[in-house]
Amino acid sequence: MLKVEGLTRLGLGPFDFTVADGECLAITGPSGAGKSVLLRAIADLDPNEGQIATAGMQREAVAAPDWRRAVALLPAESGWWADGVATHFQDARAVRPMLARVGLDQQALDWQVARLSTGERHRLALLRALEQQPQVLLLDEPTTMLDAGTTGMVEDLLKERMDRGLSIVMVTHDAEQPERIASRVMWLENGRLNARAGG
Amino acid sequence: MSNYVSLGYGDLALAAVFLVINGLASIWLGLGLERRLAVAAVRMFVQLSLVGLVLKTLFGLASPWLTGLWIVFMLLFAGREVWARQENQIMGWWGYGIGGGAMALSAGVVAVFALGVLVRPDPWWAPQYFLPLLGMILGNAMNGVSLGLNSLHRAIKRESRAIEAQLMLGATRWQAAGPFLRDALKTGFIPIINAMAATGIVSLPGMMSGQILAGVDPREAVKYQILVMLLIAGSTGIGVMLAAFGSLWRLTDDRHRLRPDRLSASKDGA
Repeated sequence: MLKVEGLTRLGLGPFDFTVADGECLAITGPSGAGKSVLLRAIADLDPNEGQIATAGMQREAVAAPDWRRAVALLPAESGWWADGVATHFQDARAVRPMLARVGLDQQALDWQVARLSTGERHRLALLRALEQQPQVLLLDEPTTMLDAGTTGMVEDLLKERMDRGLSIVMVTHDAEQPERIASRVMWLENGRLNARAGG
Repeated sequence: MSNYVSLGYGDLALAAVFLVINGLASIWLGLGLERRLAVAAVRMFVQLSLVGLVLKTLFGLASPWLTGLWIVFMLLFAGREVWARQENQIMGWWGYGIGGGAMALSAGVVAVFALGVLVRPDPWWAPQYFLPLLGMILGNAMNGVSLGLNSLHRAIKRESRAIEAQLMLGATRWQAAGPFLRDALKTGFIPIINAMAATGIVSLPGMMSGQILAGVDPREAVKYQILVMLLIAGSTGIGVMLAAFGSLWRLTDDRHRLRPDRLSASKDGA
């Protein structure tokens, strides 16, 4: 569960919405409307105002690292801080069986980050975020870099996690993606989030 | 000192002959450096001549207040210099204060310790000892701190994605920026380590050479040089550490966010 109340950042908002356990809220809107800014603000990566809570956690009441472990952000472009892929995971052995689920080679953990394609990076970054078992996942253009086949695999994995209670807020430009995966669609424009007829 | 040879201004003018040759070469080769060369040489001449007058006056007056005032001036100038050498500066007074404060603290503590405990002139703050010693310590700390901060600020600007990736996974600001902090500390430390390792074989340090030229027994000059080297290395290390931790503290916030917005844009526009 994710409950956002009166969230403002850089003149955007205030945003108020709730995402239930196992629900996926898709946010669409024109480029530059502030969709990524909104996700970063929820993850508390930029200064912002407002109250946000998950089922057992009030953002203001916990340290920021604890909040981000519970509310994980997968940005449109992932960051990497070491040369080897495996270094970026807490438990590489536990991640290995997951590689096939997102269409990656079994050896992917032994690769060098510099050799990865954008799509490979993105899927590894998703596994890295899921490794923490977050309650809420914030996804910024999760499948833009992927072909139809791998997009399907990633969506299946996300749906499986939603069945186990994961809440998702997803920014997407893919017009059909909300219909496949999202319970609700909202439209962000001029700093306002408006409900929209969705799937 | 009987064998001390005093220099006249004519000697200095003659010594500039080689610089003039460089200037002509710069014009001939189209390097465009002749103007900067001339300005730098004139600045050096004027600054050193003035400082000679100031030191002569301060030594004569032997006033703790005026000595202290000059020390404050030196510290402020060193702080400004560190700030000016940053490719990406922390905006506002912090940019000035973190580097300057770190140097003032490290150089000040080391200089006071050296004079009060080791050299013990009478009085302990005697400007003949305090000012040259502080000058040497501060000059090196200034280099170390500006190199270290430059490296840290660059990393925060350029590697923000890698640092934020760790923050997003629940790392603290110290964990996430740790590798870049360590790089910055190494960058700040290495020149002084190299200087200690190479000294005496190729380069004879300026202070020791000066004492030898002034007629001091080389064995005595060497002892002073070792003392000064140890003080310089110690104070540079402390200064770099204080400045780098202070900078990282300012470039992140208590919600463990990276705040590159507190850095100015690169001077070259990159």
